[in-house]
Amino acid sequence: MKGLPPVLITAIVLVAGFALCAVQFPNIASTRVVGNLLTDNAFLGIVATGMTFVIISGGIDLSVGSVIGFTTVFVALAIERWGVPPLLAFVAILALSAAFGAAMGAVIHVFDLPPFIVTLAGMFLARGASFLLSTESVPITAPVYSTVSDFALRMPGGGRLTAIAIIMLVIVIGGALLLHLTRFGANVYALGGSRATASLMGVAVGKMTVKIYMLSSLLAGIAGIVFSFYTSAGYSLSAVGVELDTIAAVVIGGTLLTGGQGSVIGTFLGVLIQGLIQTYINFDGTLSSWWTKIATGVLLFAFIALQQGLVALARRPAAKRAGAAT
Amino acid sequence: MENSPDPAPSLLEVRGISKSFGAVRALQEVDFTLRAGEIHALLGENGAGKSTLIKVITGVFPRDAGIVRLGGEEVAPRSAKAALQAGIATVYQEVNLLPNLSVAQNLFLDRQPMRFGIVREGEMRRRAKALLTDFGLDIDVAAALGSYSVAIQHVTAIARAVDLSARVLILDEPTASLDRHEVEILFGIMRQLAKRGIGIVFVSHFLDQVYEISDRITVLRNGRLVGERETASLPRLELIRMMLGRELAETTSARASAGEHRAREVCASFENYGKAGYVAPFNLELRHGEVVGLAGLLGSGRTETARLVFGAERADGGQATVEGAPVRLQSPRDGVRHGFGYCPEERKTDGIVAELTVRENIVLALQAKRGLHRPLSRREQDEIASRYVRMLDIRPPDPERAVGLLSGGNQQKVLLARWLATSPRLLVLDEPTRGIDVGAHAEIIRLIRELCDDGLALLVISSELDEIVTYSDRVVVLRDRAHVEELAGEAIDVGNILAAIAADSVAVALEAHT
Ligand SMILES: Nc1ncnc2c1ncn2[C@@H]1O[C@H](COP(=O)(O)OP(=O)(O)OP(=O)(O)O)[C@@H](O)[C@H]1O
Ligand SMILES: [Mg+2]
Repeated sequence: MKGLPPVLITAIVLVAGFALCAVQFPNIASTRVVGNLLTDNAFLGIVATGMTFVIISGGIDLSVGSVIGFTTVFVALAIERWGVPPLLAFVAILALSAAFGAAMGAVIHVFDLPPFIVTLAGMFLARGASFLLSTESVPITAPVYSTVSDFALRMPGGGRLTAIAIIMLVIVIGGALLLHLTRFGANVYALGGSRATASLMGVAVGKMTVKIYMLSSLLAGIAGIVFSFYTSAGYSLSAVGVELDTIAAVVIGGTLLTGGQGSVIGTFLGVLIQGLIQTYINFDGTLSSWWTKIATGVLLFAFIALQQGLVALARRPAAKRAGAAT
Repeated sequence: MENSPDPAPSLLEVRGISKSFGAVRALQEVDFTLRAGEIHALLGENGAGKSTLIKVITGVFPRDAGIVRLGGEEVAPRSAKAALQAGIATVYQEVNLLPNLSVAQNLFLDRQPMRFGIVREGEMRRRAKALLTDFGLDIDVAAALGSYSVAIQHVTAIARAVDLSARVLILDEPTASLDRHEVEILFGIMRQLAKRGIGIVFVSHFLDQVYEISDRITVLRNGRLVGERETASLPRLELIRMMLGRELAETTSARASAGEHRAREVCASFENYGKAGYVAPFNLELRHGEVVGLAGLLGSGRTETARLVFGAERADGGQATVEGAPVRLQSPRDGVRHGFGYCPEERKTDGIVAELTVRENIVLALQAKRGLHRPLSRREQDEIASRYVRMLDIRPPDPERAVGLLSGGNQQKVLLARWLATSPRLLVLDEPTRGIDVGAHAEIIRLIRELCDDGLALLVISSELDEIVTYSDRVVVLRDRAHVEELAGEAIDVGNILAAIAADSVAVALEAHT
């Protein structure tokens, strides 16, 4: 409902892009490629879901890439060096990342600081901490890792829906339900509309801010675990710059960077578009993978221009309706 | 009103409240008592501290001193949410709900009907619809609130608060953007609530409304309590003296006779000017030294006419002429270039830049008109700003204060000053006296007459018919987005205007009888 037109446009871009790619490389239109696309972008889909909440609420979270990096290092060290059972290591890191997000949210609210600055600090902090733990890549050999990596649902056509792709899909769907169907979700939109007004209307703005950043960091933690499954290693330099890919996916998905409007489904489509571009480049074989960044940049630009256009359009009929309704 | 002589128990007791913003002492040891089941008007000039008192009571601002008792028990809400939970619901002066949410979500934000942790959207819409029906609104509650007019948004905010008010309902200038009919409905609902024992605080600058609805009146001046009276036994002049601390200077300057104005030069004229679906084509002549009033109900096309005249909306037919030369008005820039000024109704969204200072806000339009390559020197700016601060009695008289920190009425004055500073040939004022206290109200009306005598042409929209009658040389009456009548000279009186507005409905009523 909210933000439907931009989402529709994102969907059209995705379908058209997919069709174009399929015309050039018929193999792309197979469950195998789609399955890989979901697997390769699983961690991105998960963080982007959290980022959607943050951006709709009028904030931004620059720390997610570093939280992913820290998580991979922590998990690898805990399992391989400190002998912690994997499940316990996961619980510990999720608790840690949630606390980290909650702390950033609290700082933003209590000291009334711009989220940009606070999460930028969080980004340096988390990245620095992961270097403190270890500067080199730590391979993970625990048996859970091979079990999970081998697990997959067979799709018709030979594609594999891997465990981490399933985790991502569950989180995307859960996120969409949370955003669109619950009181918490409505409050997220309210905060994005105007913090001051939401507060006057009785929304507990402070608690909401803490919860939103907590959710974002928690999902970044999950994304980190997923990333460690994906690479079977922990490395302090992993996921550098992912926060920017994430923001790009959210904006391409039709979420207003200024807050108040957007959807998780749109974000998911935005992630798929980025994945599609990457897949195309892989198929082509001659293009540098940096073309992904260029294509993403062009798309971002187009979407922001489009949104401004839509916002301007939405303003005009408002005046007409205003009269008609009285 | 129909209160029994023995006083009802006091519901909300405010004792010795003080509040300062830096050096500004907004409230000093203010007492206020609200009884259960009464409607209590809180009055005072712009900047007297009414909104501040409300925000201190509801915990939006922390208080420096004093206590608040609700039903005998001391309360100290620390946020609007806490106040709501204690049973105090408020529509703040700067209402604006959340335009990006649906009407239904706005009404039920943070208290949506739930099942298994999920918002029951259908149930919520049904309730929203029912709630708004009480206020005479039948709109699509699933649409974004921002797609509706200010009046509808305002009614929605009031409906929300009414629905939330368990013990106390506070309304800070709720009627500022409502028309007569909507005010009637609101008053009906307020009376019902009062009967149920809810205490209502009502802030307004419309004294007629105060006398119509309130049981008692508390007056503040310069952040201090002046007194509390029974409405029925407080003569209007006495009330004004309490608010101003002095007598109100006689304001109604006699209108010059119409004949004299026939000779005046035409400043701008519009022939067959209109836009399909917006305002029907009209003819309008605006002369130097003349005030033309636009009267009509809300939504009758008054603001629309003003926007066409200024160029904020493009006409799709007809011809505009300025000083005899045909012109095209395609954008507000065109309007400004031809020496037009436009003071819109919605100061918050359409005009004031809250972060800038009073001085910067005042020189904004003048600077834009001169172009960026001819900046106004700081001395010129200071000079202009302090002149208008004095002229319009903007308080506190500090040109370097951020406009957002001024009271609502004073912000309105700053906006007016901005356009006056451009020395326009034609000034369009949409509801110039909304939210402005009696003292400043008289000042503004006097100012309008003075400007006129200096040769300015004025087009003024107002819902206050008494006011329009006072300053207009001609009155154009609108109905259903068309100009239906023009009154001049002796013909201008409230009765005639009302007759023109109502002509249609009377005809309909007559038809129904036969
Ligand atoms: N947030 C703030 N910071 C600094 N000063 C403020 C703030 N809010 C209000 N003031 C000042 O406190 C005084 C009282 O303002 P308040 O808004 O209570 O007036 P009011 O009686 O509601 O006036 P109006 O009729 O114009 O709405 C004014 O001098 C105003 O400038
Ligand atoms: Mg006020």
